[in-house]
Amino acid sequence: MNLLNTFFNGPVLLASLPQLLQGLLVTLQIGITSIICGLIGGLFLSVTRLYAPGFARGLIRVYIDIFRSIPLLVLLIVVYYALPFVGIRLSPFLSAVTALSLVSAAYTAEIFRAGIEAIPKGQFEASAALGLSNRHTMVDVVLPQAIRIVIPPLTNNCINVLKDTALASVVAMPDLLKQATQAQALSANPTPLIGAALIYVALLWPMVAIVGRLEKHFSRGRS
Amino acid sequence: MTTQTAPLISIRGLVKAYDAFTVLHGIDLDIAEGEVVCVIGPSGSGKSTLIRCINHLEAFSPDSTITVDGIRVEPGKALAQVRAEVGMVFQSFNLFPHMSVVRNVMLAPMRVRGTSAAEAERKARELLARVGIAEQADKFPGQLSGGQQQRVAIARALAMEPKVLLFDEPTSALDPEMVGEVLDVMRQLAGTGVTMVVVTHEMGFARQVADRVIFMDGGRLVEAGTPQEIFDRPSHERTRGFLRAVLNH
Ligand SMILES: Nc1ncnc2c1ncn2[C@@H]1O[C@H](COP(=O)(O)OP(=O)(O)OP(=O)(O)O)[C@@H](O)[C@H]1O
Ligand SMILES: [Mg+2]
Repeated sequence: MNLLNTFFNGPVLLASLPQLLQGLLVTLQIGITSIICGLIGGLFLSVTRLYAPGFARGLIRVYIDIFRSIPLLVLLIVVYYALPFVGIRLSPFLSAVTALSLVSAAYTAEIFRAGIEAIPKGQFEASAALGLSNRHTMVDVVLPQAIRIVIPPLTNNCINVLKDTALASVVAMPDLLKQATQAQALSANPTPLIGAALIYVALLWPMVAIVGRLEKHFSRGRS
Repeated sequence: MTTQTAPLISIRGLVKAYDAFTVLHGIDLDIAEGEVVCVIGPSGSGKSTLIRCINHLEAFSPDSTITVDGIRVEPGKALAQVRAEVGMVFQSFNLFPHMSVVRNVMLAPMRVRGTSAAEAERKARELLARVGIAEQADKFPGQLSGGQQQRVAIARALAMEPKVLLFDEPTSALDPEMVGEVLDVMRQLAGTGVTMVVVTHEMGFARQVADRVIFMDGGRLVEAGTPQEIFDRPSHERTRGFLRAVLNH
């Protein structure tokens, strides 16, 4: 036996490819749903934190700190295996999306907060002096400027969410990793795992490259 | 003032403090409709704070009262109404950098007054022409000189058709050769009957354009009077000292 046949076995890869692509589809579904929910949640948290009374601000602060500290795998297992004890039974898909979204929202909120804080105070004052409501100040003045600042870290966060979808395999979600391990067991050959790894890299490498370029671009724009 | 009508702006016992440090020690001031008031005084005397209280950009002591056109200035629903009537021009322009010049001027009428985009744009271009920069309307603020940006800021404030315009050292951030073009626009505005409160270090402008000059020092309104009274025969030693310092420099 040689290395090539073990790790890059063509026939095995071909046979497992449909299964891997099915897994990729599930991975993308979990990832994209979580990214969108995390974005909405994060935007809501960051804007509320800006305008809400002190009490609500404190709660949001606590939320963000908790969900940035808890290991995602622990959270996922709590959601999937512990919540049923209080009558909340989520499917593997919903468990994965819930855990990923809760954490992503916390990170996204911090990213938006940093973006909003980077907008000069004068922009808020000019908006207030014109009589713009808080909502219009955000929508017309602050967020369009903050978006430039937050795009690189947001893309980074998307990469992290997509990577972390692999954890969904522990709650029996047939995502890319799970499909790969099953195919590996079936064919008694690790090639499907290598195939899955390559698919992850092919999916995320372009995003990693984009973040690098965006960061360079924006840091040049600032100076 | 000896006018019969109620003042447009009425300030009573205005106190503003940061923790233990009191910035304004009970200011009383009435400003009549159409009046042009220039506020002068040394750095740190509270000039900016005073005018920023008028549209509640600075919160002030709840025992103090400010009314604008009969509406009390306080947090809450009525504040938006006050701010719609009170335009402000800042030292650092504070234009919205991501919008074209004409969009900067259109935004507030559309969002606050519900003006249609077409009407807001027509009005904005008219105002930009009035401040002498019609041909810059479709550029972005960053492409304009400081003097041009400040004139956009004036047009933006005017677009709301405010009853009062507040200016906080509108020419202090400008290169000397651009000061004149902004002061010219303000001089022209003063002739239109809009009420203006102008914090300025431009003594020539104050003397020429103001109906009344107010001298502040240490968070107190030391004296107020016509430009002739303040500049030619100030009654307080502190006023004399300040004028000596700025006019001889
Ligand atoms: N956030 C703040 N915290 C504490 N003190 C402040 C704060 N902002 C302003 N002050 C103080 O309030 C006083 C009045 O400030 P203000 O800006 O109104 O003065 P000014 O007359 O406009 O001065 P300048 O001519 O330099 O603009 C100053 O002594 C200043 O140090
Ligand atoms: Mg000032």
